[in-house]
Amino acid sequence: MSENVTNLTAATFDEVIGATAEPVVVDFWAEWCGPCKMVAPILDEIATEQAGRVKITKLNVDENPSIAQKYGVMSIPTMLVFHNGEVTKSIVGAKPKATLMAELGL
Amino acid sequence: MASPDTSSIHDVVIIGSGPAGLTAAIYAARASLTPLVLEGEPSSTGDQPGGQLMLTTEVENYPGFPDGIMGPELMINFRAQAARFGAKYETVKASRVDFTERPFKIWVGDPDADDPTYRAKTVIVSTGAEALMLGLPNETKLTGHGVSTCATCDGFFFRDQDIAVVGGGDSAIEEATFLTKFASSVTIIHRRDELRASQIMQDRAFANDKIKFLWNSEVKALVGEEQLQGLIVENNQTGERTEIPFTGMFVAIGHRPNTDLFKGQLDMKDNGYLITQGVSTRTNVEGVFACGDVIDDYYRQAITAAGSGCKAAMDSERWLEEHDD
Repeated sequence: MSENVTNLTAATFDEVIGATAEPVVVDFWAEWCGPCKMVAPILDEIATEQAGRVKITKLNVDENPSIAQKYGVMSIPTMLVFHNGEVTKSIVGAKPKATLMAELGL
Repeated sequence: MASPDTSSIHDVVIIGSGPAGLTAAIYAARASLTPLVLEGEPSSTGDQPGGQLMLTTEVENYPGFPDGIMGPELMINFRAQAARFGAKYETVKASRVDFTERPFKIWVGDPDADDPTYRAKTVIVSTGAEALMLGLPNETKLTGHGVSTCATCDGFFFRDQDIAVVGGGDSAIEEATFLTKFASSVTIIHRRDELRASQIMQDRAFANDKIKFLWNSEVKALVGEEQLQGLIVENNQTGERTEIPFTGMFVAIGHRPNTDLFKGQLDMKDNGYLITQGVSTRTNVEGVFACGDVIDDYYRQAITAAGSGCKAAMDSERWLEEHDD
């Protein structure tokens, strides 16, 4: 995992989401999910290439089910985009890099 | 996005990266042909790098793994094995092919671009098949909100809920059995009055207290705006329609081959599966070979796909030897 990607937990979630000026992408994932493994390296790349413009984070749903439940995540990978602590976009399912970049407005 | 390399002509380009494509890559790489694998783009359907096994959990019938292996892990191993011998990968999807003259031309991205992205002396087509959905109006909208294309990925979210699996073959029964680990009940909705699944899968399903069956039944509509709330199910014997509350639906009603790209160029059956000659992997175009689920509407196993991928690489290698120009 790229050093530009932050691992979130239920304990750190609100703080990171609330205290970040740039848009935050939360990648909801789990170990058993094949498509999640495909998306992870793409998000790593975006985190490195777009550092400062967007913050990429990951949340393991297996270890933090309460957060997934709170945001109604029922399928992984799901990528939620937060602006100022509010969800502004939901991307469900693995997507190619170009599609993700376009969805994120990058 | 890959940049066009119009200058070089590859010996072998492999389109697709499931068990067939990656086995072809292992054999072609070991024959020093430095195959280029166009592995596809990430998606949450079977049409993605690694193929359909990326959507599975435990694979229990792939020889060599007495304790089973996770589908995604198996495919990551395949990929690494081919890379070890020099296979190259591009995480892209072909948008157009031209097999009318050699070298063959393959486009990625804009299909109307003047220059192709890749040129190849031989092409191995291993684009596989992907799971069919029901094709109901709000099915796509509700995907991720109760409708799932990947039981393995999403079963976890249906803990203590009542959910439905549509279909009656091995994959339907396998998904239903897997989902009972989480759900309080799993109802299999099948349009016939008996299953097509293998006996061992049927025995498992009938012995499972959490699995219920709705026979002679077809899903006609999905209920719910933001979230799936239920299904309108029609009994195809009586025509009677009932609304049944379900918070989750998984569909396993069969597959379609990923062959749209090759229409008009490669011979295919009425159902879209590619036709190969005899026991070989040769298509109607000399120098183009096909393997895996894209030619197989009957066995559809990882091991049979891998076997035919091996054949395609050997057919390709032999063809290159005979046409050394």
